[in-house]
Amino acid sequence: MATKVMIPTPLRAYTDKRDSVVLDGATIDDLLQQLTIRYAPLKKHLYDDNEKLRSYVNIYVNDEDIRYLQKEQTKVTDSDVVSIIPSIAGGRR
Amino acid sequence: MISTVEVERLEGIKLSHEEIRRYGRHLIMPEVGLDGQKKLKAASVLMIGAGGLGSPLGLYLGAAGVGRIGIVDFDVVEYSNLQRQIVHSTSDVGRSKLDSARERIQNINPHVHVETFETRLTSENAMEILKDYDVIVDGTDNFPTRYLVNDACVLLKKPNVYGSIFRFEGQASVFYAKEGPCYRCLYSEPPPPGLVPSCAEGGVLGVLPGIVGTIQAAETIKLILGAGDSLIGRLLLFDALKMQFREVKLRKNSDCTMCGEHPTIHRLIDYDAFCGVTPEASESRERSAYEISVEELKARLDQGDDLFVLDVREPQEYEIVNMNGYLIPLGELPKRVHELDSSREIIVHCQRGGRSARAVELLKQMGFRKIKNLLGGIDAWAARIDPSLPRY
Repeated sequence: MATKVMIPTPLRAYTDKRDSVVLDGATIDDLLQQLTIRYAPLKKHLYDDNEKLRSYVNIYVNDEDIRYLQKEQTKVTDSDVVSIIPSIAGGRR
Repeated sequence: MISTVEVERLEGIKLSHEEIRRYGRHLIMPEVGLDGQKKLKAASVLMIGAGGLGSPLGLYLGAAGVGRIGIVDFDVVEYSNLQRQIVHSTSDVGRSKLDSARERIQNINPHVHVETFETRLTSENAMEILKDYDVIVDGTDNFPTRYLVNDACVLLKKPNVYGSIFRFEGQASVFYAKEGPCYRCLYSEPPPPGLVPSCAEGGVLGVLPGIVGTIQAAETIKLILGAGDSLIGRLLLFDALKMQFREVKLRKNSDCTMCGEHPTIHRLIDYDAFCGVTPEASESRERSAYEISVEELKARLDQGDDLFVLDVREPQEYEIVNMNGYLIPLGELPKRVHELDSSREIIVHCQRGGRSARAVELLKQMGFRKIKNLLGGIDAWAARIDPSLPRY
């Protein structure tokens, strides 16, 4: 199965500037593992030292936050779009 | 949706003939009408920041007839602001942003009262400044102030109209703990400093804050009118390059430390500490061995020292101005580190010294020891050593 993972602007520096990557996997965990194997420097931006997803990065399957689904074990299909949405702070300057 | 302005407050609010003529296009819509326009006149909105997001926001809130607009800022207008901060003009460069914004808004609509707070919003003054406003609009540029604004709004039970931008991408929502999630429900903690680049480092498309700030203005006006479906519980994502809007659901987190079932934060905290921002004065001595000023660099180059200058900016920045350094953008440094010779003394620079400090940290972790961060970057070099170079 191939699911599209959308990469946000601040993290494209680590994905050869790609704004989306199509990956095979049955769960969010599968997809993110593959993503961080393909783009190793991305890993520290998604996971902390204990391999936990960082609290300033949220993962959505379509429009739903995985924290309110089955977290990293949330299942995905071909038609799903996975989005990585980090916090950004710009505005005043 | 319930208006943030209670009906009782409309007593005694009247519109003059001049105001009726001015707001005619609002008045003829049933969603606004005479009552709605009076609500706008009775309402008060506090804008945190008179920059990219605050510019269109202030202009539209003023034009729409929001009776009292407060602005918090402490910056001075600079040339580099004018590409996006449309409330300020070229003739305002060097003036306080507050004076410039107030004049412009009152020029658009003299019926609006503008109050200004020339200060950085802090844990000490936030409750006092925010408490007298109906709606708070967050147009800040840093995580400590974003968490501060969120927490103060939750404590004061006020809606927080949120907008944030980076390069070509923006986010907007309305955080209103009384009716939905707060910012901490979305992101319980900020990223460590340096991990996410700021707009000053990453750049921003000038019209992007225009679009996102205008969305914030629309949401603010809807909250006051009590009209339509607000962005409460939804995060709007905008990509200007793809010209695409998307939205995702935001849920109230029952474990939220601020607005959950058992909140653990009951008053404002130290937000610089929370976000890991340390005042520059407290930086360790050890670090200074890895730093060099532009004057020292000039002296060492003049005496013919063998120094390798590494530029960690982006290629498009190198094109604007450079010091003939060897270019490896910060993001590519981990995989291109083999291009560097650790036996040579390396001077690392970026535009102002932020990215190069992170590059030095990274190189230190990889075992490099003969490395120094150029304090103030190429901007300080252009300002103090070589004025023939342009600054951006």
